[in-house]
Amino acid sequence: MGNVTSNGIGPDDSGAVQAVLSRHKHDASRLMQILREVQEGLTWLSPAVLTAIANGLKLPRARVEGVAGFYHFFHTESLGRYRVLWSDNITDRMAGNADLMARMCKKLWLKPGDVSEDGLVSVGTTSCTGMCDQGPALLVNYRPITRMTADRVDKIVDLIRKKVPLEEWPSEYFLVEDNIRRKDALLDNGLAPGDALRALKSPQEMVDTIKASGLRGRGGAGFSTGQKWEFCRAAVGTGANAAHYVVCNADEGEPGTFKDRVLLNSYADLVFEGMTVAGYVIGAKKGLVYLRGEYRFLLDKLNAVLEARRAAKLLGQSILGQTGFDFDIEIHLGAGAYVCGEETALLESLEGKRGVPRKRPPFPVSSGYLGQPTAVNNVETLASAALIAAKGAAWYKAIGTAKSSGTKILSISGDCQRPGIYEYPYGVTVAQVLADCGARDTQACQIAGASGLCVAPGEFGRKIAFEDIPTGGSFMVFDNSRDMFQVARNFVHFFVDESCGFCTPCRVGTTLLKNVMDKISDGHGGEYDINDAWRIIRTLKTASHCGLGQTAGNCVADTLQKFRPSYELRLNVRDFEPAFDLDSALSKMREVTGRDDPGAHFHIAHRKSKSGVGAKGGDAS
Amino acid sequence: MSNESFFLDEEEIPFAEGQTIIQAALSAGKYIPHLCYHPEFKPHGSCKLCTVRIDSRTITTEDGQTVKIPGRAAASCTTPAQAGQHVESETDELRDLRRTLVQMLLVEGNHYCPSCEKSGKCMLQGLAYDLGVMDPHFPQYFSKREVDASHADILLDFNRCILCELCVRASAEMDKKNVFSLSGRGNTKHLICNSESGMLGDTNLAATDKAANVCPVGVILHKRHGFEVPYGQRRFDKAPISDNAVQYAPVKEQV
Repeated sequence: MGNVTSNGIGPDDSGAVQAVLSRHKHDASRLMQILREVQEGLTWLSPAVLTAIANGLKLPRARVEGVAGFYHFFHTESLGRYRVLWSDNITDRMAGNADLMARMCKKLWLKPGDVSEDGLVSVGTTSCTGMCDQGPALLVNYRPITRMTADRVDKIVDLIRKKVPLEEWPSEYFLVEDNIRRKDALLDNGLAPGDALRALKSPQEMVDTIKASGLRGRGGAGFSTGQKWEFCRAAVGTGANAAHYVVCNADEGEPGTFKDRVLLNSYADLVFEGMTVAGYVIGAKKGLVYLRGEYRFLLDKLNAVLEARRAAKLLGQSILGQTGFDFDIEIHLGAGAYVCGEETALLESLEGKRGVPRKRPPFPVSSGYLGQPTAVNNVETLASAALIAAKGAAWYKAIGTAKSSGTKILSISGDCQRPGIYEYPYGVTVAQVLADCGARDTQACQIAGASGLCVAPGEFGRKIAFEDIPTGGSFMVFDNSRDMFQVARNFVHFFVDESCGFCTPCRVGTTLLKNVMDKISDGHGGEYDINDAWRIIRTLKTASHCGLGQTAGNCVADTLQKFRPSYELRLNVRDFEPAFDLDSALSKMREVTGRDDPGAHFHIAHRKSKSGVGAKGGDAS
Repeated sequence: MSNESFFLDEEEIPFAEGQTIIQAALSAGKYIPHLCYHPEFKPHGSCKLCTVRIDSRTITTEDGQTVKIPGRAAASCTTPAQAGQHVESETDELRDLRRTLVQMLLVEGNHYCPSCEKSGKCMLQGLAYDLGVMDPHFPQYFSKREVDASHADILLDFNRCILCELCVRASAEMDKKNVFSLSGRGNTKHLICNSESGMLGDTNLAATDKAANVCPVGVILHKRHGFEVPYGQRRFDKAPISDNAVQYAPVKEQV
């Protein structure tokens, strides 16, 4: 692999590392930000650079290497001057990303995952980048490019070959649209920056207001926001650096979700105002936004909004001239790890560690960021809290259903005429949503992402609400031409890529489940493998450490129950066939000799099974 | 000693404030299978072998049938004991779960017991036998892992690593050396050494360190010591792993 630079550290590199370390005051808890900034300058993190960072932060070197090795967007080998990562959500697949990526690789004389001989470029895949309404999408050096076409692939290949700096690429490539299709109470709020802050009453009254509004967490878990803030407010900070913190969870990684991208792009003031309200209520002076690495392109814009709010006395010391009301916000970037959407993994990451979910108890409200009481809330929750602070609990409670007050923003993608952002009062039916987005011949909806629920037509009368179908907002539509087996298989691959690897059931179970799905996909699966899948799903659900593993088998369980025929037509009549495939064992030989004639295959039957079934589901691997 | 207690498989277990379920159970001489738990270290909760069910309920339906509603599953090593709670450990479901977990570990790494120095005193093998694991069941990964023989006294055979992090914890908490850490994630997670070359020989590990003597399987081996006690006379050859509630790993065999 890429030997672009030797492992040594040049004088320029050393200066660059030292500059970043000084900027972050050699604070080890800022390791994530330090690694990202160093990498942005040097393109990769060489062994010597990691040593220099470890020395500068007085951390064990292996700890720094362990963090760098955890996140998908940090690389400890050179991956070329241009690193292209195709978003590989099922919606990207349905939009044809596999063919486009193959075209790109062919034109660049590359195999996926490899670096070109001249060290110029590498092409690979990454988990959903949150551009499902305008896919197929990719990231070039972590900047998103949407609406990929064959023509665009050719032009990009040309730009890469000519070594044109990213800044000089056509700006329309980087265009990310909001695609807001339906506004309700939140997106049509009519508020000006500061309105919510000017309406603040005493912290206790605000807790009561939020509780009375019935606001529940919008990330999907649905915990009462008022209660969370009350617990956090009551908790006492510990040690010399006792403090309370507000953390905004903007690690929107659930495949098919992109509403936080839109909220941060066009409603950042409202989100920051919600954080400020939370800070006021729980007694925090500092708020942190954990922005997923895929949304790096929003960083400068968000920092500008923060600056404007400071200038308008809506942030910083003595907010609105009120002595003692101090609160400021800082943005931290993630680096490609879905698991960091889990709040305790997010906190670990914020502290500059591997994004491994913590053991609970203690809960973040009593021991969160740096061991201090911390309120971790979703982007949409915080925006809603600002809305409630400005407009009152009774007004908000009147929207939605009795158990789910307010509105929910759905990110709709897949087989529909108008993908994008739809805000509805809670209680809207799946059928209504499908009608509004222009979905036809719908076979299924995957609601709440890869870990969520696969809903079949018989259930389209069900409601989006905490008491029926809770969701963080992902809503993917599949019409009758799609292959639900391949949908589930795509999700299983996603969980393999995103498992943190901490606990046995998830680390091994996700891979074993992937193996079962791949075996069935290749035409070698039988009833035996279906039984194995159930056994793995049970193990994942019962024994996994966090929600990622516990829900990783849902997509297979759901599709096995509701779309059994998509499995059946692939199953072998035999009860069992070994996973070891003699014909595929010969593939290396075929590659080396360039042969693909019948004599280069083990058995004629194996050639037939390669043709695959139900091709439209798409499959790059 | 506190006078509070909970029930483990219907047997009353006393516990002290702050003890987790497994700590109280082991103190009372009741064995719960475990790999990453070690009494000298803070509970870790990653292997999940010690998973138990807490507070299952039995209800009677309208048509007179009794239905058992399973309680929540939790790692007993990290779950605080609470007075009066009913904990299930030795049930068919949990035994099956543990067998599956052991099988997962067996296919993830490369475990060739017949040639392994730790055979007979390896906790993974001991557990497998005790739980009645007859085969690895799932297809082997056959993952390619290296051996690191760069250190003068210690050999690392990563093929057998179960990622319990005992050596990581021992080196950080007891030896204060941070010789080991983890890198990668998911199925690429692996143990690394604290040196730029990545080799153990370039770290300051000493053979007497706790980290060099805590591996429950056969990763961290002492050079020039092997088969001092023959197969058949080793600890788990004499008595199953469940015979002693508390498992220290590895066991110093008397020569």
